[in-house]
Amino acid sequence: MAKKLHDTPNLDQLESGPWPSFVTGIKRLAQNNDMAVDLLGQLETSYRTRKGYWKGGTVGVYGYGGGIIPRFTELKDDNGEPIYKDAAEFHTLRVMPPPGMHYTTDVLRKMCDIWEKHGSGLIALHGQSGDIMFQGATTDNVQKAFDEINEMGFDLGGAGPAVRTSMSCVGSARCEQSCFDEAKAHRAVVNTFLDDMHRPSLPYKFKFKFSGCPNDCMNSIQRSDMAVIGTWRDNIRTDEVLAKKWFVKHGQDELVNDIVARCPTRTFQLKQIKDVRKGEHISSVAVNDTHAIEIDNKDCVRCMHCINVMTGALAPGKDKGATILMGGKRTLKIGDLMGTVVVPFMKLETDEDMEKLVDLGQRTIDFFAENALEHERTGEMIERIGLANFLEAMELEVDPNMVASPRMNPYVRTDGWDEEVAKINARKQSATTQGE
Amino acid sequence: MAQPQMRRAIESGVPDNKQYLHPLLAKNYGNWKYHDRPRPGVLHHVSHSGDEVWTVRAGTQRQMDIHTIRKLCDIGDQLAEGHVRFTIRSNIEYMVSSADKVGPLVAALEANGFPVGGTGNSISMIAHTQGWLHCDIPATDASGAVKALMDELIEDFRHEEMPNRVRLSTSCCEINCGGQADLAVIIQHTKPPKINHDLVANICERPSVVARCPVAAIRPAMVNGKPSLEIDESKCMCCGACYPPCPPMQINDPEHSKLAIWVGGKNANARGKPTFMKMVASGLPNNPPRWPEVSAMVKNILYTYKADARPWERMADWIERIGWPRFFEKTGLPFTKYLIDDWRGSRANLNASTHIRF
Repeated sequence: MAKKLHDTPNLDQLESGPWPSFVTGIKRLAQNNDMAVDLLGQLETSYRTRKGYWKGGTVGVYGYGGGIIPRFTELKDDNGEPIYKDAAEFHTLRVMPPPGMHYTTDVLRKMCDIWEKHGSGLIALHGQSGDIMFQGATTDNVQKAFDEINEMGFDLGGAGPAVRTSMSCVGSARCEQSCFDEAKAHRAVVNTFLDDMHRPSLPYKFKFKFSGCPNDCMNSIQRSDMAVIGTWRDNIRTDEVLAKKWFVKHGQDELVNDIVARCPTRTFQLKQIKDVRKGEHISSVAVNDTHAIEIDNKDCVRCMHCINVMTGALAPGKDKGATILMGGKRTLKIGDLMGTVVVPFMKLETDEDMEKLVDLGQRTIDFFAENALEHERTGEMIERIGLANFLEAMELEVDPNMVASPRMNPYVRTDGWDEEVAKINARKQSATTQGE
Repeated sequence: MAQPQMRRAIESGVPDNKQYLHPLLAKNYGNWKYHDRPRPGVLHHVSHSGDEVWTVRAGTQRQMDIHTIRKLCDIGDQLAEGHVRFTIRSNIEYMVSSADKVGPLVAALEANGFPVGGTGNSISMIAHTQGWLHCDIPATDASGAVKALMDELIEDFRHEEMPNRVRLSTSCCEINCGGQADLAVIIQHTKPPKINHDLVANICERPSVVARCPVAAIRPAMVNGKPSLEIDESKCMCCGACYPPCPPMQINDPEHSKLAIWVGGKNANARGKPTFMKMVASGLPNNPPRWPEVSAMVKNILYTYKADARPWERMADWIERIGWPRFFEKTGLPFTKYLIDDWRGSRANLNASTHIRF
C-alpha cells in the first residue's frame, strides 16, 4: 500500500472519455508506489498553475556520458524541501528499440518487471526520437535499472550533442513497398557510432532515420540529419490479376480521378490496349479487355501514389536501393530545413553496399564534428558553407538531382568552369570504357 | 580509498529485431506482395510465398503504466501469437497467422479500452511530447491535451472516412518535438522572457546564450552590478530559444504562452513533394485539463477538410487545390498580418502572380 493520493481534481477530468487514459494508468501505479503518488501531485500542480516544475541536471550510468534524462523537482516549500518528495528525482532512461519496434510479449514483460522493481512503472512506447522511455527513477536506481535492461540485450540511446537513437519503418518485415533491408542498414549505421552516441561530444545532435520507400513513414526527410529513403531505378512492376481485380472494385472514374489526375508528372496514362507503347522503359498492365495503364518510367519520380492506390497491381521495381538526403531539422535556429539529396541512388544489398553507407555516415559526422559551429545542425552547416563545398569535402559528385532548379542569380565566381567540365567529361569517359 | 566495483556497460547498441519478429514476418522478410484492409484497424498482408498475416492495430496512451503493458501482453498471449510491434504513433500491432483470430482479438482490445483503428484514411493517434509530465522546458502538457483531443476524434480513429490519412502532432514549446503533421498544435509564446538577473551569472554560459538567439536580440549586460543578459524587446520574437540554455530567462507564461495551429505538413513524397506545415491560427488559451478551445478549432479544420476534400487529398493537397483564401473562408478563421511570413526566404511564400481565386 502506498501513501494516500493527493487530490487531483484537474487530472481526474482526464479519466473520463473513450481514449485510454494515462492518468488512470498512473493512479493504478499509485496504489502501491509512492513515486507515482507524488508524480500525480506535481502534475496536478502544473495543471493548476500552468507551469512546469522539472529541471535537468547531471545523472548518468558508469562509462556513458548520455542516455539519461535527469529530472529534479523545483516544487519546494519555504525551507527548500521538495513538496512531492517521492518524485523529487524522476529521471528517464532512453533505451534504443529494435528496428521496426518489434517485441515479443515476453521481452515487454521483462521490461515491466525491471521497471516495477527500480522505477516508477511508467514506460513510454515510444518517445519522439524512437526511444523506449523508462520514465521515473531515483538517482540511486538509474544504474541498477540500466544494468538489468542492458543484460537483456538493450542499450541506452542518445541525448545531448550526440548521435541520437534512430528509427526505421516496419519495412521488409511486413511491407511490400520496402526497397532495402531497413533493419540491417539501421543497425549497421547506428551501431558504428555508439561512441558518438554514448559520449556526447559533437557540435549538436545528429540523427539518422531509415524509411523503406518514398512514403517515408519515419518522417526522415523533415526530422533527420541523414535520411535513408528507399527507392528503385528500373520499371514499376505490374500484376494483371490484381490490376483487374482493383478495376472491378473501383472502376474507371476512380482510376482517372484518383490516379491519372494525381500523377505528379502525368506519366501515368489510361489507354486503349492497342495504343499502349512498347519499350524498355514502359510499364503497362491491362485493367480490363479494352484498356490498360501505361507508365513511362523515365518520367516517373517514384512518388508512390499510384502504387499506394493500387498496391499489388503496381509495385516498386527490382533494382532497389536508397536515396540519401541530408540536413533535415525543425525550426531552431535558422528555420525549418528539409533534407536535400546528396546521393540520388545507392544500392544497399551486399555487405559492401552497407559499408559504403556507413562510410558516408562516418565522413559526414567527421566533417560535422570538425566544421559545425556549436549548436549548429548539419543542415544549418550546409546552408552556411553551401552544398557545393559540402559535396566537395565529402567527395560526392554533383548531380542535377540535387537541385530543384539551377542557380537563379549571377553571384558566383566561375573561373574554374572549364576545369569542372573537363572533370565531368573525364568521368563520363571512364564510365563508358568501364562499360557501366 | 577503494572505488566500489562498477559494472561495465555492454555497448551492444541497437538490438537485432530478428529475435522478436513474428515467425511469418521472419520467414517472408523482404518478400511481401501486397496488402489490403479487411476492416478498419486490420491489415492483411500477402507474401509472394502465398503466406498471409493479419495485423490488428489499436490505440494506446503512449505513457503507459506497467499494468497496461501487461494487459496488452495478456491479450497478445491469449488471443494473438505473442508478437507485437508499435507504430511511430504509439499504436500497438498484433500479428496473427489466421483470419479467425482477428474478430476475438478486436473484441478483446475494445473490451479492455484499446480502440481498434488508425489504419488507412483514419485520424491516427497524435504524435506528442512530454509536457509537464517530464520535460524541463514545457509551456503546457502533452498527454492531457492529446487525451482530450483523441476522446473527441476517436470515431475517426476507428473508421476510415477521412479523404486520406490524417497525421496530428502536439508540441509544448516552439522546438516542436511533436514534428511536422497535417495538423499540429504548438505553443506560441507572446511575451519576451522574464529574466531573473540574480541567477544568470551562475547558471548560464552567457556567450552561448547570446549565440542561440535567431534575431540577435540578446546581449551581455551588467544589471544591478551583476553580470547578466538583456533583451532588445523590439527585436525579440518570443521563440524561447534562449530558455533551455538559460533557465533564468523564463519564457513560459501561464497567461501569455498561447497555442497555435499549423496545417499542411506532409513527409510522404506521394503526389507532390514533402511540405512543411503553415501557421493558420494562434492566440488559443492554454486551458487545462481539456483545452476545449483547441479541440474546437482542430475539429473545425479537420471536419471542413473532411467535407470538402476529394479522395486521396492530404490536408496540403486539399489546400493547394482550393487555395489559401478559401481555406480561411471555409474554416471561418481570420487571416491576420501575423500569418504573412517575414523570416529568411519568406518572399517564396508571397503570391508573385495574378493567380487569384474569385
